[in-house]
Amino acid sequence: MNADATFPGAASPDAADPILSVRGLEKRYGERIGCTDVSFDLWPGEVLAIVGESGSGKTTLLNCISARRAPSAGTVSYRMRDGVTRDLAALGEAERRVLMRTDWGFVHQNPIDGLRMRVSAGANVGERLMAVGDRNYGRIRATAADWLARVEIPADRIDDQPTAFSGGMRQRLQIARNLVTHPRLVFMDEPTGGLDVSVQARVLDLLRGLVADLGLAVVIVTHDLAVARLLSQRIVVMKDGTVVEEGLTDRVLDDPRHPYTQLLVASIPES
Amino acid sequence: MRTTAMTAAATPGPAYNFAYLDEGTKRMIRRAILKGIAVPGYQVPFASREMPMPYGWGTGGVQVTAAILGPADVLKVIDQGADDTTNAVSIRAFFRKTAGIATTTRTVEATIVQTRHRIPETPLAAGQIIVYQVPIPEPLRFLEPRETETRTMHALEEYGLMHVKLYEDIARHGHIATTYAYPVKVEGRYVMDPSPLPKFDNPKMHRSPALQLFGAGREKRIYALPPYTDVRSLDFEDHPFTVQSFTEPCAVCGARNVYLDEVVTDDRGGRMFVCSDTDHCGTRRAEATP
Repeated sequence: MNADATFPGAASPDAADPILSVRGLEKRYGERIGCTDVSFDLWPGEVLAIVGESGSGKTTLLNCISARRAPSAGTVSYRMRDGVTRDLAALGEAERRVLMRTDWGFVHQNPIDGLRMRVSAGANVGERLMAVGDRNYGRIRATAADWLARVEIPADRIDDQPTAFSGGMRQRLQIARNLVTHPRLVFMDEPTGGLDVSVQARVLDLLRGLVADLGLAVVIVTHDLAVARLLSQRIVVMKDGTVVEEGLTDRVLDDPRHPYTQLLVASIPES
Repeated sequence: MRTTAMTAAATPGPAYNFAYLDEGTKRMIRRAILKGIAVPGYQVPFASREMPMPYGWGTGGVQVTAAILGPADVLKVIDQGADDTTNAVSIRAFFRKTAGIATTTRTVEATIVQTRHRIPETPLAAGQIIVYQVPIPEPLRFLEPRETETRTMHALEEYGLMHVKLYEDIARHGHIATTYAYPVKVEGRYVMDPSPLPKFDNPKMHRSPALQLFGAGREKRIYALPPYTDVRSLDFEDHPFTVQSFTEPCAVCGARNVYLDEVVTDDRGGRMFVCSDTDHCGTRRAEATP
């Protein structure tokens, strides 16, 4: 793999085109519906939150749009770095996997799912670099150290395994591991789900900074409206596998229209 | 390589087919070998048979040897470089008994060398075949336990993970501390585990004139390196591959630039380094004392 083709910085030829387009997406598990009739667009640099209660189809939707699961109907198309928009279902497995480890990131709720727990923090961050063909130890290590600093992991922990890290550090390590190849689109599944409130705040703060600095497009699944308020510009509200409301974050949270969204917003304790 | 004799055994006893395995099984194994030769470094699944020895004693190597053995072949078997260890003696005896073929300890006389852990010091020649006994054929196994995933990784040439292992070595020890089963890339395509070979022997695989066959009995895989195949040990640009070096020569024959075994000679810390390749050591001593 040519390094130039993989890291062309923020080459966005036409910011007016969506980076990800979802049309009529449906996922069925036999008779049961995971999600149905979902359509939305995501623009470069935009953060979209998918909110809803447990079982509303958020994670199913996320897995379908990130090509981790095949949808039963509908299309997901992605604008590649070369500016060509392609249907994910039409990509070969090799292309899809290259996309996943270069242009995309996926931050799991549980860092154990997204990290290699038995190799050091440095190798966890460096893995994607080696996967795209970097064969210079010094350079890989320097990049890993740089990224650990950016996610506020002390430099002397570079050779420690994630098993020795706290939950918040693991999550920050997972974020660094995903961002090292400068992806354009990152999927996040409840990235602050398992963390206590103070650690949550730190991770959120970090994420907000990184997303703004790198101009990432993000699809974030969360049941926490505060997270959505803090990070996202737009919100999709899901209930029973369907999108019940969609709009700008402030509009949806301040002036919810659908009765279910009103219920969700009303369920946040007043501060 | 074909025989119609039902038994070539010199001693009376149960009548085995030539080289123990039946002809149908041998054909099946030869098909796997041919496929392995056609796709160097690719692990070909085969229907490994139950052999009259435990797994881990070279059942894969024995099946490959049985499949390629002809009545005119001369077999050498080494274990850790030595011709006189239990495993080597037993396998030689096994084929003498079931195939009635000639055996030797001399590398130059052998047409087939079955080995565990070593490549003989005497360079192999065109026309010779070396058969490796392989315990774990999958180089990615310890990093990725799922077989479905490792197969996909081989298919898509996703070998970044192999370098993660080498990275870990350098991060922990300051150098690549993997000393055996050191991963190699074959013809710029497949990453291959050269069995528990010390990395000292890795360069001997590169463009070897001999045919190299690898058999893993328990894991049911065969792979191969045809003669003159490119075999490169993986490394980093700033941490290139190097082989072990020994400061002293062999205590018995004085050879340098060979792989040495450390032998403990008493319980007071006495030790000596001797050639791991017993044939090489013996030949040198015979030449030195006319």
